[in-house]
Amino acid sequence: MNRNGNTYTVLYAAVMVILVAAVLASVSMALKPKQVLNTEIEKKQSILASVNIESTAANAEKIYAEKIVTQYVVNVKGEQVEGDAFNIDLKKERAKAHEDMLLPVFECHTSEGIKYILPLRGTGLWGPIWGFISLNDDMNTIYGANFDHQGETPGLGAEINTPIFEEPFIGKKIFDESGKLISIIVAKVGQDAPAEHKVDGISGGTITSKGLEKMLLDDFTSYQEFFKKKKS
Amino acid sequence: MSEPLFSKKNLKLLSDPLNSSNPITVQVLGICSALAVTAQLKPAIVMSISVIAVVALGNVIISLLRNTIPNRIRIIVQLVVIAALVILVDQILKAYVYDVSKQLSVFVGLIITNCILMGRLEAFALGNRPWQSFLDGIGNGSGYAAILIIVAFFRELLGSGSVLGFRIIPESWYIANGGFYANNGMMILPPMALITIGIIIWVQRSRNRKLIEN
Repeated sequence: MNRNGNTYTVLYAAVMVILVAAVLASVSMALKPKQVLNTEIEKKQSILASVNIESTAANAEKIYAEKIVTQYVVNVKGEQVEGDAFNIDLKKERAKAHEDMLLPVFECHTSEGIKYILPLRGTGLWGPIWGFISLNDDMNTIYGANFDHQGETPGLGAEINTPIFEEPFIGKKIFDESGKLISIIVAKVGQDAPAEHKVDGISGGTITSKGLEKMLLDDFTSYQEFFKKKKS
Repeated sequence: MSEPLFSKKNLKLLSDPLNSSNPITVQVLGICSALAVTAQLKPAIVMSISVIAVVALGNVIISLLRNTIPNRIRIIVQLVVIAALVILVDQILKAYVYDVSKQLSVFVGLIITNCILMGRLEAFALGNRPWQSFLDGIGNGSGYAAILIIVAFFRELLGSGSVLGFRIIPESWYIANGGFYANNGMMILPPMALITIGIIIWVQRSRNRKLIEN
């Protein structure tokens, strides 16, 4: 057969595409359950990390089942509504109108009382950043924080997922004394801010640091009514 | 066909890309990813392994198909083979070594655009037998890997003061802790990767007579 003829070329391309598609589709289907499980375990590990509990991929599920006793969804008015807190897609929620947003809450019962874990999602320099932050039952003091990112610059913005950046959040307050929401200020060197609301930003990672600051403020603003209900 | 598997000629396929025909420093292919993934050593190593695997396998597949591929769509065929292999690697990493796949994130996808792959498929695998193509793939992948690892070693050492995440420069040396030393922030940014590669090319050219131009 003429290898340079049109018929051969078209047939060759068609067969190749179908074969490759079949292989890729079946591999993807075969590996899907394992991949979904991996992302779930990762999420559980991040939630646990935000209440300062270390876990490995192997034991995360067990610890999670023990520690995270309740999880539920609230709306911006702070009322509990129907929904599966663990599987809520924050990206979709953020795209909704403010009053339709569903806000997941996870409760972790520790020896020091109940810790409330809130998921976060925002924008860094190159792509999305996200994380979990936990509050004491005064709904003001931060108990722990865990952040992650998709593709921030290694060595700069990507440092937000290291303990050096995360640990200073512990013990900071998000409300000032008059009860006004201040959130956390991720400060540049020399930037003035009250110490109890301030953590150090990353040199060379200013846009990521500021993105993270905005993510925290947006998130706390949405949960404000929920905080009020819990405090009263 | 009676040629031994590791004849002198075949071994040259493995060793040449490490020096005289190095894909990065001599052929100037794959520069883009050499700049992108070398800020730290670990991603550079995993990227190197992935590229070696994909270029070797891609070479073998194209070499096996070389007598059937219609000339007019050969580039498309090569691209499909590379893309399919890269997606397979990505899927397998995601399912079995999730940590590593997270570290590499977009870099795995970037393998598709690595010029070394297309270059080797087009220049070598289309005209040679599978075994030779396999060796050529391993050789060129390793040549790429060698440069990536050298560049990443210096960038991580001088830019972050560590190697493979282990601290090399003592904390007490840093100005912040009362010392005299500061990391070179430039090393973390891509321009210094380009300059590092330039220095490697300079050293290599001054040592390798074959590369000295008149």
